[in-house]
Amino acid sequence: MAVRHTIVGIGSPRALEDALRAAYYLADDELSTAAYLALALGKPLLLEGAPGVGKTEAAKAIAGVLGRTLLRLQCYEGIDASAALYEWNFPRQMLALRRQSEGDSGSIDIYGDEFLIERPMLACLRRPQETVLLIDEIDRSDHEFEAFLLEFLSDFQISIPERGAIRAYERPVVFLTSNRTRELHEALRRRCVYHWIEYPTPEREMRIIMMRASGVSERAARAVVAAVGRLRREPLAKLPGIAEAVEWAEAATLLNEQGARWPDAFRRSLGVVLKDEDDLVHIAPKIDAILIEAQA
Amino acid sequence: MSDTARPIAHFLGFTALLRRTGFAVAPEQSIAWLSAIELLGPRDMDDIRRAARATLAPPPERFAEFDALFDAHFLGAVVPGLEGEPSDEEPLKAAEDSSIGPEPLFGDETRESGAQATTAERLTERRFATGSEGETLRLFSRALPGRMPKRRGYRWRSGRGGASTDARRMFRDAMRNAGEIVRLRHRRRRLRQRRVVVLIDVSGSMKERTQSHLAFAHALVRAADSVEVFTMGTRLTRITRPLRLRNREQALTTASLLVADWDGGTRIGDALNAFLAVPRFAALSRGAALIVLSDGLERGDPTAMADAVARLARLCWRIIWLTPLAADPAFEARTAGLVAARPYLDRLSDGSSIESICANVLDMANEKAA
Repeated sequence: MAVRHTIVGIGSPRALEDALRAAYYLADDELSTAAYLALALGKPLLLEGAPGVGKTEAAKAIAGVLGRTLLRLQCYEGIDASAALYEWNFPRQMLALRRQSEGDSGSIDIYGDEFLIERPMLACLRRPQETVLLIDEIDRSDHEFEAFLLEFLSDFQISIPERGAIRAYERPVVFLTSNRTRELHEALRRRCVYHWIEYPTPEREMRIIMMRASGVSERAARAVVAAVGRLRREPLAKLPGIAEAVEWAEAATLLNEQGARWPDAFRRSLGVVLKDEDDLVHIAPKIDAILIEAQA
Repeated sequence: MSDTARPIAHFLGFTALLRRTGFAVAPEQSIAWLSAIELLGPRDMDDIRRAARATLAPPPERFAEFDALFDAHFLGAVVPGLEGEPSDEEPLKAAEDSSIGPEPLFGDETRESGAQATTAERLTERRFATGSEGETLRLFSRALPGRMPKRRGYRWRSGRGGASTDARRMFRDAMRNAGEIVRLRHRRRRLRQRRVVVLIDVSGSMKERTQSHLAFAHALVRAADSVEVFTMGTRLTRITRPLRLRNREQALTTASLLVADWDGGTRIGDALNAFLAVPRFAALSRGAALIVLSDGLERGDPTAMADAVARLARLCWRIIWLTPLAADPAFEARTAGLVAARPYLDRLSDGSSIESICANVLDMANEKAA
């Protein structure tokens, strides 16, 4: 296992945390340690957590810090190698073949690069120093795809029957995210550095809102954090994520500037946080108490 | 040499401790942890702890336990969580010792299982004298093959018809024909039947129905591919193999002989945890349709049952829970265990008669995710 102590000038979890803060992402010690270890050990980083805690955001921020292009592979039920790895460009191959049989040009390599359509995983293998691969929501894919991924993640090598094996000359940076709607294979977890992202602590969420939202007062941000924290303890179908909290703070501030009183501004912009009819019905009788408590 | 060997041994002692307490830690993870510690040049214990969490990857629901073990091993702390642990651990281990083997030895409980067998035979006679149930099962077996839940296979196969054209193959053909496409080729993914796992509650409260449940399981095993059947009471028994016999009475009698815990108490949570604790069994439920035939009257800890069902829900494709209590249309989950487990079930429905069980299973493929 090739251990690299620094990667583009980042030599410790601390340094990574600072760089991420400069990129407007607040990481806690746990996340920056796990991410640094993944980069240094050359292992994929598996991020698990509830929807909306900032898993994909973390991957984007780290790609930004490394100055690399993010290649995102969104998983879905039925995803297969042609969506993840490569595909042949058949119309172009056909045209080339026809032209050749009509004696137009000299001989061409019908399986050359110009006929190969790169998908994210192949692109990442061929340019490991310029790219970061994000395999998003892997829990949505089928078990077979997971097994296929396992092979890819252990050797960082794939083979194209017409071309032979293609191998990364350096370990690429790979992130995987999962909402944990189902359990991933043990073997896959084993191969990765793992981090479970929790909802942020109130202080951290407050700092995130102050950093991300524009023109939100500290008082409004604190109220939003308290109210959102309270909502997350309710049995809702869709719990509000961090992005929702930021949007709520912004929306309520906007309404307030236009003359709505404070608790009312929060109540009227509730649709930004809860986006499910059943959730809204469930919370309606309690919302006044929650908002008063949050403002206290 | 011995200077570095001692701390390393201490670290590896922790991974050994984790394995003893049921965490899966692979050698490559231990190596990654040691490299991580070296890499961080740890300033304090928290660095080592964070490295351990990241590389040894304990499941989120066991973080507290993991931290307690860490404190106990490295800081010598006696943590409340750890004190409570032996009692937690005990039922699971007991299950592992006695019950997990797919076919328990006949030797140890001859007298008891002999008595059970005669009961079973008596029940069998009584049950199948009517014949109407047999008729239902016969119709069920005939209707079943087309209606089992399916999943799409991963590989493409070429063939006639199918949603997409097999461009790769057509191109290869065209190369042989001077760039002419002579005929269209298609490809498709074959549909494969999902595995079905049946868990039959054989506790005292289900006494009346276990025989017909076994008969149902036999019909299912015979008519469909890859079905696995377990009974659960105070222990867990795999009875798939005897149920493969063609003759129903012979199959049921052989299966009854294996089950040593008829009409006992129910500890559903423990039984499900025992099922999950055996990697071979847990792997069977991955992506499978799980049918539970039980009234959900949990004598043990309802939260243990809910946790086990939650884990199963993440492994299985769907969970269908059929309880005889749901024959009443006004039925609602009321027992503590079932109420706690309800959110993870895809369907909670009537299992009071063979007809309703068969109807529910035939309809299983249409089940939407909860």
